[in-house]
Amino acid sequence: MALIHTITVGGKAGQGVKTLGKVVGELLNELGYNVFILDDYPSLITGGHNFNRISFSEEEIYCAHTETDILVALDRNTVERHKNDLKEHHFIIYDSSEFNIDEKTAIGLPSKEFIERANVPEKMRNSSFAGALAYLLGISFEFLEHTFSVIFKEKEENIKIAKLAYNFVKENYQPLLNIKKIGEPRKLVTGNIAIGEGLVKGGLEVYIAYPMTPSSSILHYLAGKVKDYKLSVVQPENEIAVINMAVGCAYAGKKVAVGTSGGGFDLMQEGFSLAAMSENPIVAVESQRPGPSTGVPTYTSQSDLNYLLNAGHGEFPRIVVAPGTQEQAFYKAGELLNLVWKYQVPGILISDKHLSESWKNVSLNETGIYKAEPKLFDGGEYKRYKFESDGVSPLAFPGTENVVVKSSSYEHDEYGITTENPEIIARMQEKRFAKLKYIEEELENLETVKTYGNGENVVVTWGSSVGAVLEAVKKLDNIKIVQILYFSPFPKKKVVKELSMCENIVGVEANFTGQLCDLIFANTGIAVDKRILKYDSREFSPQYLYLKLKEVV
Amino acid sequence: MLETYAEITWCPGCGNFGILNAVKRAISELIEEGEKKENFVIASGIGCHAKIVDYIDVNSFYGLHGRVPPALTGIKLANKNLKVIGFAGDGDAYAEGIEHLIHSAKRNTDIMMIIHNNGVFALTTGQFTPTSPKGFKGKSTPFGNVEEPINPLKVLLASGASFVARGYAARVEHLKKLIKAAVKHKGFAVIDVLQPCIAFNNTYQILNQKVYELEKFDTKNLEEAMKKVEEKERIPIGIFYQVEREVFEDYF
Repeated sequence: MALIHTITVGGKAGQGVKTLGKVVGELLNELGYNVFILDDYPSLITGGHNFNRISFSEEEIYCAHTETDILVALDRNTVERHKNDLKEHHFIIYDSSEFNIDEKTAIGLPSKEFIERANVPEKMRNSSFAGALAYLLGISFEFLEHTFSVIFKEKEENIKIAKLAYNFVKENYQPLLNIKKIGEPRKLVTGNIAIGEGLVKGGLEVYIAYPMTPSSSILHYLAGKVKDYKLSVVQPENEIAVINMAVGCAYAGKKVAVGTSGGGFDLMQEGFSLAAMSENPIVAVESQRPGPSTGVPTYTSQSDLNYLLNAGHGEFPRIVVAPGTQEQAFYKAGELLNLVWKYQVPGILISDKHLSESWKNVSLNETGIYKAEPKLFDGGEYKRYKFESDGVSPLAFPGTENVVVKSSSYEHDEYGITTENPEIIARMQEKRFAKLKYIEEELENLETVKTYGNGENVVVTWGSSVGAVLEAVKKLDNIKIVQILYFSPFPKKKVVKELSMCENIVGVEANFTGQLCDLIFANTGIAVDKRILKYDSREFSPQYLYLKLKEVV
Repeated sequence: MLETYAEITWCPGCGNFGILNAVKRAISELIEEGEKKENFVIASGIGCHAKIVDYIDVNSFYGLHGRVPPALTGIKLANKNLKVIGFAGDGDAYAEGIEHLIHSAKRNTDIMMIIHNNGVFALTTGQFTPTSPKGFKGKSTPFGNVEEPINPLKVLLASGASFVARGYAARVEHLKKLIKAAVKHKGFAVIDVLQPCIAFNNTYQILNQKVYELEKFDTKNLEEAMKKVEEKERIPIGIFYQVEREVFEDYF
C-alpha cells in the first residue's frame, strides 16, 4: 500500500482556507499525485472554523484521511482543534503575525512582514503558507512557480510572497517529505463540477436552480460556463418555479436539469409528479444534507434515499441513481439525462455534501458517457400519448407543422385530452409502467452495481460513503465491496448475485435507520443486519471506518 | 374553428364561454394575419378556467394550480418563436401562485396571462379567493369573508408588468382585441378578465351596469394607470398600461 499524506489547512471563514486548500491540491495534482480534498465549513460567512483536508498518494485515493502530516493554522483555534490529528512526524505552520504557539514542531510565519517586504496586496497573504508548505514537502521552488502560473492570474505577486516564505523556512528547517513529480496532472473537480460537466456532455441545454447548499455550486459552475457551452442557466423565484419551468422546457424540446437539496426538493414534489404524468423528461439533482427540516446545511448525510424513491404523489416509474465518486458523478449524470429522454420519465441523481463539495483529481472522457436516442415523431397522425407496446410515445414539440402537442397533468387520452374514463385511465397507467421492463433491460448492460476486491466478507454501501470504505479496506484483507449505484429500478438480479452466497454482510451508510440495508432486504430478502451507520452530519473517516470494520469482519 | 372533440363541461351561461370565444377568435385572426398555428401554445392551471386547453385545438400544456407562469417561461426559454398564452383563475393566479406572477412581471418574460377572475373558487364548489369582497359568504366563510380583497392589477403594475389590461367575459369582441394586443406585445402581458360565475358568484347584472370601455387613455403613464385600476363606482376595461422594455428571454 502506497503512503498517504495529509495536509490540513484551518482558519476562520473569510481567511481563505478554501482557496489555500485548492492551491495545495493543485500543486500536488501538477506533481501527478492522486489528490482528495475535504472542504469542511459551518453555515456562516465570517468567523467560525473552516478546514480543508488534502490527502495525496501515489495510489488512487477516494477520501481524505484525518491523520495529518502538516497542519497549516491561520488561527489559534485550528491548532486546538486538530492537534490530536497530527502524525508523530509532523509540522505545524502558523501565522506568527497574529498569534504565537509554543510547540517544538511549530513554524511561525510572519505573513504581515512578508506582505510588506514583497509589497503585494493583503489578500495574497496565504501564498506565503503555500511557499512554506512547498518547501516542507520537498518541492522545488521552480515547481511551485510553475503551479502558480497555471492557477493564478496575478502570478508574479503571489510568487514573490511565496518565495520569501519558502526561503524563510529553508534557513531553519529540513523538509519533512521528499515529493517529486511522478506523473501528469489531471482535472481537479468537485462532485458538483463533475455532475455539471456530465450533464452538459450528456446533452444538457438548460439548467434551472434556486440556491441551496450543498447543490448551489452546480448552479455557480454552470452559470460560469454559459459562454463556453450552448447552455442557458436560470435562477427563478423558488423551487416550485424551478421545477415547473423545467417541465415547460422539456415539453418545448430542451434537455433540462434542476438541482437542489432535500428541503428544496420537498417544494418540487408536485412538479416532479407533473413531469411523470405529462411524461416530460427532467433530471433532478438532489444533494443531501442532514434533515429533517433545515437540519445541518453545510454537512453531509445519506438520509433522503427512501424519500426520493417515493417522492411525488401517485405511482409512476422513475430512474434514480446515486454516484459515489467524482468520476461516477460525471458519467452517471450524463447517462441519466439520456435515459430519461429515451423513456420520458423523471430521473433523480442523488448526491450529498461530501460528494458534491469534495475535490478529487480525475480523468473524464466525454465519449465514455452512455448515449441513448429519444423516440421522435416521424409523421402520420400525432398523438402525444399514443399507446405503444414499450409505453414510450413518440415525441414532437410545439412549433412542428401540422402537429398539435397536448401535454397534461390530468389523466388524459392518447391526444392529451382530459379523461375520467376508467378504461383509458387504467390503460394510461399501464402504458407509463410498461416502460419499467425496458428500463430494467437497458440497465442490465450498464453499471448499476459496482464491486471492488474479493473476499468472504462483504461491505455493501452507496453514495459518497464508498470513498471511505475503499480507503478503510486498504488495511484489511478478505473483503469485497459492493456499491449500489441504481436504486430505481432496483438492480435485483445483480444485487442477489453479489450478496446471495455471503455469510458476512456489513452495511455502511450515513443515516440513522440503515435505508440501503432495509431496501436490499425489501427487494431481495437478503438481510443485512450488521450495520455501520453514522448520523452526526460528518462523513466517515477512513480510520474510523477501519476500526469499526475490524470489529465485524 | 379550432375545435376539439372534448365535451365542454362548464355550466351553461358560464363566463368562461365568453373567454373561450374571444381566445378562439383572436388566435384564428392572428393565424389569418400570418402567425403560424403550430407556434401557439396555450397553458392553464387548475380550476374551471383550466378546461379551456382541452377545448382549443392548438399545442397546450395543462399544468399545475398556480404554476402557469414558470411553465410558460420554460417553454419560451426552450423556443423563443412560440406565442404563449396562459390561463389562470383568480385563486390560481392571485392565491396559489402569486409569486410567479410578480416575478414574471419583474423579469418581463415574453408571456401573457389571461386571468379568469370570478372572485370565487368554483370547481371546489365555492370558497373565497383573494379577489372576493369582504363579507363574501362561501362554504369556508359561512359568516362572511373577513379579509379585504387585493387589487391584482395594482400588484402587477407595481411589479413591472409591461402590459396591464382588464376585460369582461361578456364583451367578447373587446376582449378579443385585448388578447390580440397582448399576444403582439413583446414582454409580460396580463389581462384580468371579469368573469361571472353563475353557480357561486353571479355578477352579470352588476358588471353589465358598471363596466365601461376606456377611451383615449394614456397607456404610458404608470401613475394614471395605478389610479385608473382602482376605480370602483364604474369599472373600466381596456389597456391601462403598455410600455416596451427588455425581455427576459433575449438574454439567453
